[in-house]
Amino acid sequence: MPARPSALPSTVSGSHSSQLLARIDGRVSPYLFIAPFFVLFAVFGLFPLLYTAWVSLHDWQLIDGDQGFVGLANYAALFADPDFYNALFNTASIFLVSTVPQLLAALGIAALLNRPLRAGTAWRAGILLPNVVSVVAVALVFGQLFGRDFGVVNWILGMLGVEPVDWEAQRWSSHLAIAVMVMWRWTGYNALLYLAAMRNVSRELYEAAALDGASRWRSFWSITVPGIRPTIIFTVVVSTIGGLQLFAEPQLFDSSGTAGVGGNDRQFQTLTMYLYEKGFGLFDAGYAAAIAWVLFIVCLLSALANFALVRRIRGGG
Amino acid sequence: MSASVVGRPPQVRGSAGARRLDRRPGGLVYGFLFAVVATSVFPLYWSFVVASSDGSAIGEVTPPLIPGGYFLDNVRRVFDTVDFWLAIQNSLIVSGTVMVSTVVLSSFAGFAFARLRFPGRNTLFLVVLGTVMVPAQLGVVPLYMVVGNFGWYGRLEAVIVPGLINAFSVFWMRQACEEAVHVELVDAARVDGCSLWGTFWHVAVPAIRPQAAVLGMVTFMAAWNDFFWPLIVLDPNESPTVQVALSRLASGYFLDYSLMLTGTTLGVLPVIIVFVLLARQIVNGITRASVNG
Repeated sequence: MPARPSALPSTVSGSHSSQLLARIDGRVSPYLFIAPFFVLFAVFGLFPLLYTAWVSLHDWQLIDGDQGFVGLANYAALFADPDFYNALFNTASIFLVSTVPQLLAALGIAALLNRPLRAGTAWRAGILLPNVVSVVAVALVFGQLFGRDFGVVNWILGMLGVEPVDWEAQRWSSHLAIAVMVMWRWTGYNALLYLAAMRNVSRELYEAAALDGASRWRSFWSITVPGIRPTIIFTVVVSTIGGLQLFAEPQLFDSSGTAGVGGNDRQFQTLTMYLYEKGFGLFDAGYAAAIAWVLFIVCLLSALANFALVRRIRGGG
Repeated sequence: MSASVVGRPPQVRGSAGARRLDRRPGGLVYGFLFAVVATSVFPLYWSFVVASSDGSAIGEVTPPLIPGGYFLDNVRRVFDTVDFWLAIQNSLIVSGTVMVSTVVLSSFAGFAFARLRFPGRNTLFLVVLGTVMVPAQLGVVPLYMVVGNFGWYGRLEAVIVPGLINAFSVFWMRQACEEAVHVELVDAARVDGCSLWGTFWHVAVPAIRPQAAVLGMVTFMAAWNDFFWPLIVLDPNESPTVQVALSRLASGYFLDYSLMLTGTTLGVLPVIIVFVLLARQIVNGITRASVNG
């Protein structure tokens, strides 16, 4: 049997140079490990974010470049534009109609999945399936389902004796249709997050509650929901940030093309579509940058408001 | 969240409470879950139904509910309408590159944040955490200019390079290293004179392979499904990704639904196949990545 060479170099390193190298390795290498993230983030994340503020203070055309400093004129124009308030309203409306039912449904589904089920993984996978479908595909399929003349939804309504709805044409119906797309894609994902958190709620609490004769409903609201509060906060904040950036669903729901105006009367133009229309449709980079900053502030305020709201769910006890 | 229990109370096996908790759910629970899964699957089934019928069937009073025999004809029409081969090729290049680079670079950073000690570590990690929550779309206008300065308009680099790594995946791999890479093994390798890179390679990589695989899949799917940025920066005629090509099928005065949903089916199919094959790992991955207070 020949002796196997050891996989690792021996500790006895004779020369000075290799000791020096080892010390440099210990000092410098950790920074080399994390450098790729920080370099790429600086160039493609942080710089664009900060530069947005600078661009928003200029008359800046996407093609012709900087046309001069204009101070807060872009913001003044933005706050005087009824289309901005329209987009803000649509974004908030679609967000509420999609998020509130979605998270409540996710809670209910997670509670069911938390029971000792047969083929648990299969159920979970089935519920997660919509989340891996691309948002473009979702928008196209649901655009067909909500079609005015040949859509499945109107066909079902017709069987129930309800007049067909022109989903795209009105504000309430277009918001509902877009909210359904969002719900379909995200409910299962959030349900799985809740389920993971529910697994960590102490079993003894449930047993004690059951012994005291509390109903399942009662234990759910008094033990489960307070027990998974951090996860509820997390999903609310993430849904808010996602909801305020809603773009592909409404953009593709507009069958008249992809100009980003969101219907004949802008009845479903969201803030991100408004940004897209101004920046990449009309090439007004300065104005679009101002929209981006306002969007950022709105995101921040909504996240904080939600956080405060959900914090009020009482801790377990 | 709850008060810490000093000395667990003895488990009363088979108490009335425990018995009620362990009772198998009845048909009502299964019926409800079945309805939820059916709702999840129906739109995809429906898009295949439309994709396999000829265009006129959609105009009938009663929509068809079973697949027809026109799927291959419709596929041919999709390839005649948009350059779908090119789109698939581009999407594969983008998603594949982004996946590999995200997994490798995040593993480096995650390992350093979890297992190495260096000045500024905690502050730098807080920066990473802070950026997880910042919506990427907000810097989109200057990002467009940056990419233009590099001369990448209409080129795949414009979509690949900004996506090479992201904060969430660094956070994910740090968690993985915290759980799977033993401090003793790292120290032992260092005592044996192994360099940090050698330690990473011999100690960390074998331990974090499963989590890296899940991250790879999730990253691939996210890159495959990305729409907003490719729509802005790529030329839909010269360098489309699958999603951009699909969105072009959806515009026009006379919507050809069977054409549109055939494209959708083609675009969704690869992801669905990957998902079905790896459902268990993906489900477990999402359940692991959750926030626990």
